[in-house]
Amino acid sequence: MDQNDINRLRGKTAVVGLAESGCGLASGWSAMEIMANAVHDALDDAGIKLKEVDGVFAATAFHSMAAMSLSEYLGVKPKFADGSQIGGSSFLSHILTAAMALDAGLINVAVVAYGSNQKSAGGFKTISEAMPYEAQYQPRMPVTAYALSAKRYMNEFGATREDLANVAVSARDWALLNPRAYTHQDGPLTVNDVLSARPIVDPLGKLDCCLVTDGGAAVVMTRSDRAKDTKNTPIYLLGAAMEHHHRMISEMPDLVQTSAIESGKRAFSMSGYNPNDMSTIQLYDAFTINTLLFLEDLGFCKKGEAKELVKNNNIGPAGNLKVNTNGGGLSCVHPGMYGLFVTLEALRQLRNASGDDVGQRLDGGWIDNAKLSVAHGNGGVLSSQVTNIWGVSDTL
Amino acid sequence: MAENLVGTVGPEQQFKNFLSEGKFMIQRCKSLNKFFFHPRVAFPGSGERDLEWVEASGNGEVYSSSCNRRLPEKGGDFNLSLITLEEGPRMMARVEGVDPDKVEIGQKVKARISSLNGEPAVIFDIV
Repeated sequence: MDQNDINRLRGKTAVVGLAESGCGLASGWSAMEIMANAVHDALDDAGIKLKEVDGVFAATAFHSMAAMSLSEYLGVKPKFADGSQIGGSSFLSHILTAAMALDAGLINVAVVAYGSNQKSAGGFKTISEAMPYEAQYQPRMPVTAYALSAKRYMNEFGATREDLANVAVSARDWALLNPRAYTHQDGPLTVNDVLSARPIVDPLGKLDCCLVTDGGAAVVMTRSDRAKDTKNTPIYLLGAAMEHHHRMISEMPDLVQTSAIESGKRAFSMSGYNPNDMSTIQLYDAFTINTLLFLEDLGFCKKGEAKELVKNNNIGPAGNLKVNTNGGGLSCVHPGMYGLFVTLEALRQLRNASGDDVGQRLDGGWIDNAKLSVAHGNGGVLSSQVTNIWGVSDTL
Repeated sequence: MAENLVGTVGPEQQFKNFLSEGKFMIQRCKSLNKFFFHPRVAFPGSGERDLEWVEASGNGEVYSSSCNRRLPEKGGDFNLSLITLEEGPRMMARVEGVDPDKVEIGQKVKARISSLNGEPAVIFDIV
């Protein structure tokens, strides 16, 4: 098998519907109910009936067999289902699997879904078992893992907590333009706000860490020939690739280089586009360090240079790089696993630019003429990396 | 061959048993002459199974470090570091004997066997 075989999936499938449900707080709603709301709304958005769904893809922290539980709840009898659990990036890998199953003719309509009521149910809910050889030291996972990476990054490249804080400041500036963002009304952040926030695991403080919210999301995928006839603008999957090198942070080969280097390289190659072609850049920012690492590993700058790239709000609304335009996991929404929300924002930007009504933003919140988005998912402790490249029809 | 495991224990339990005896042991692949951690049934990545246990020198270097904030009534702040062993492999551990936020990358450390929550544990001190 060579890259040409893999590339035959390029543009063969598209997302034709999307929705979120219960983002922020959804007291009184179960994770399954939130997830099912999102599926039904996404199908309504697509104009596709539930009875046509024959592929179901889901993962949550609440269901050990999420794809099966969701199928039963929906009353769907899937011909192919996948509940692979590789952390927060699971959904970006589900999208690749769904594209393969659609292209192979196993299924005709796929839904990829997530739901969580972690905030109203009491706070961050881990999906992880205790790690052998680590658990006895009582790391505060996942924060400790990202703090270890951040400390090493700062040491190797002379980065500072201010450099990390710049990421949180820009994310908040985007959230201020997005009425859907959990912190939309909270006002801007300053670097000093981030530095003086309560320390969690040094060098990361509370505002270096993502939100803890409720929320669910879903997307509907079909083959591209069908997608042309649905009621909204289809967004085509041009590239997708995944890779992972470790599960435990103590096994990460290099704390400042993620396997996004490999997933990104293959996804961009499959798409036929380069990082610089991307109109929007949606990165899984569970922590401020993530954004720096992924900007580098996906090829937006050289290793160690992201701290310069994020200065002067260059990844904020007035900057040159349109990064995490919903406000990200840091300031928009983070219901435990954020991957499908990275995806939703990548898709929404392209649909808005194509004339679909996908909600209101304040001036500057929507990217004019957006044609290509990269959605990058991260799972575990900088472990699983999955990159999806999305484009409108004239990028095919 | 490892078809019948009755009467034996796996590498994880062997590691813990060594710790209980006061020994910090790591595995070495004889044919590759390479050490690795954590303990496994075969060399990671290439699968060699000619393994032996060797007592670690205990010498290491801080690869990265974090200060985990915790309320005083729950035990207070503690350090959690990744240590690169002199033999090559890396492991998670705590560095003790200094303030938990004063452990720096590149510092030389030495292992000792202590206990955490009643279980034997490898702990490092700054050299």
